[in-house]
Amino acid sequence: MNAQIHARLKVARGDFTLDVDLDLPGQGVTALFGASGSGKTTCLRCLAGLERAADARIEVAGTVWQDSARGIFVPPHQRPIGYVFQEASLFSHLTVRDNLAFGYKRIDPALRRIHFEQACELLGIGHLLQRKATTLSGGERQRVGIARALLTSPSLLLMDEPLAALDAPRKREILPYLERLRDELRIPLIYVSHAQEEVARLADHLVLLEQGTVLASGPLNQTLARLDLPLARDEDAAVVLEGRTGAYDEVYQLLDVHLPDSALKLRIPHAPLAHGSALRIRIQARDISLSLAEDPRSSIINRLPVTLRALSDQGSPAQMLVSLDADGHPLLARVTRYSCDQLGLQPGQKLWAQIKGVALLGQ
Amino acid sequence: MPLDASDFGAIWLTLKLASLTTLLLLLLGTPVAWWLARTRSWWRGPVGALVALPLVLPPTVIGFYLLLALGPHGFIGKTTEALGLGTVVFSFSGLVIGSVIYSMPFVVQPLQNAFAAIGDRPLEVAATLRASPRDTFFSVVLPLARPGFVTASILGFAHTVGEFGVVLMIGGNIPDKTRVVSVQIFDHVEAMEYAQAHWLAGAMLVFSFLVLLALYGSRRGKSAWGAT
Repeated sequence: MNAQIHARLKVARGDFTLDVDLDLPGQGVTALFGASGSGKTTCLRCLAGLERAADARIEVAGTVWQDSARGIFVPPHQRPIGYVFQEASLFSHLTVRDNLAFGYKRIDPALRRIHFEQACELLGIGHLLQRKATTLSGGERQRVGIARALLTSPSLLLMDEPLAALDAPRKREILPYLERLRDELRIPLIYVSHAQEEVARLADHLVLLEQGTVLASGPLNQTLARLDLPLARDEDAAVVLEGRTGAYDEVYQLLDVHLPDSALKLRIPHAPLAHGSALRIRIQARDISLSLAEDPRSSIINRLPVTLRALSDQGSPAQMLVSLDADGHPLLARVTRYSCDQLGLQPGQKLWAQIKGVALLGQ
Repeated sequence: MPLDASDFGAIWLTLKLASLTTLLLLLLGTPVAWWLARTRSWWRGPVGALVALPLVLPPTVIGFYLLLALGPHGFIGKTTEALGLGTVVFSFSGLVIGSVIYSMPFVVQPLQNAFAAIGDRPLEVAATLRASPRDTFFSVVLPLARPGFVTASILGFAHTVGEFGVVLMIGGNIPDKTRVVSVQIFDHVEAMEYAQAHWLAGAMLVFSFLVLLALYGSRRGKSAWGAT
């Protein structure tokens, strides 16, 4: 399913205005990321048809869902979407089974691509079917809510901060299910969030919203590494890289992670993983230091040759943020202005990046 | 028991009237309550006030206007006569019409509260699960508003049983046609038949208490008017 999503939306409500023009990939996970009040939920609700933007054109996989110029508005119940709300919003008068069946039985059997048992297995809720919706824990409720949305065999999944109402352990409980969903079902997902951690783990494409406008829209790793976006100003600024596991050093318990389309690899202290499995790693800007030459006497084992792409002071008098290219992979490093001057850093320069910490996401 | 055939006739008539009124009110009141609970129209205020009028008006005022409207010279009465239906004043049909109007707020308001308490979210969820608005109303709204329907039915029924003024104005006092229990009690008292008046009045008292007990006792700590 390689269906482009196009959405041009203009909403004016009180002192809030949303004015966006989005072209999103019709596959993988797109995160709509921004602070509360940035308009990300409004975008999602307009895509679902739960809100009707006065001036809008929405086209998904070649089908027009709304075109205010031509007076077209497909009501939400006729859009092939699955929607997961922040609170699971299960029907309190129904059992888990009947909640799941609510959408499922309204789908023509010939058009069902996800089946009842499959959804239960995917979300691990098979044992809850007889329970009343009101007796479930928060995490269970949200898993049922996700399965219920999946069971309409949607062409597009929309999730509005599905983890925001949960505590940290519940979040950790659900994230792996969302990763499975992304990896096993080929349904494009638009995921609204203001949590960097979730975005880093799940998203392939990132849309950054601020006060109703789009600041940036692009592949996750490139967008995270852009110096001109507020993401890079964040204390936790980081890049996310996709890698594949390689050899494992039994003696030192080090796992090789190869970066795609390059000879580079990182070595991470970790338990063994199946050879060749895909994974995501996150490297924070504050965990990278720079040197002019490789230093084999360093205790830091991950040292990568990089090219300096750009420098930015980010409005900070003491710190500089440096954007690097490691054989095609973007990295961010935060160093002191003093070091920048001492090393004479400038764009195009060849350097060595010493990476002190690498986090495996979702393991 | 000193009750005679006319007393039992009045009881039977009262139950028949209250049941029919409640049924009609649920059918009529549900769309009105739904509209009142959901609309953002300017008309919401005036319509809501109109429906609530019987709460504050003396029943005789409602009865008086109904008598004029439904009578042979009223605009409704003329219409019904022109249609060959005759007039409905001083008939059981007239009682039903009067009761429906008189008890309307007791059905509409609990339903309106129950609908409002459901909120937008379940409706939105249903829409994203491919349920049309009509489908949603029957598969989500009605089941979720069930406590409201129970309250509305009980209050509508009980309030109709207790009416007097409207009945007397437009129904008169015709045995087995328009003479309900409250009117029968009035007649007994007028005729100094206190024993029969006691029996009927006592029965009404016990009935009303039991109805209210069922209503308030069944919802621990919840308002009898609201939904869950």
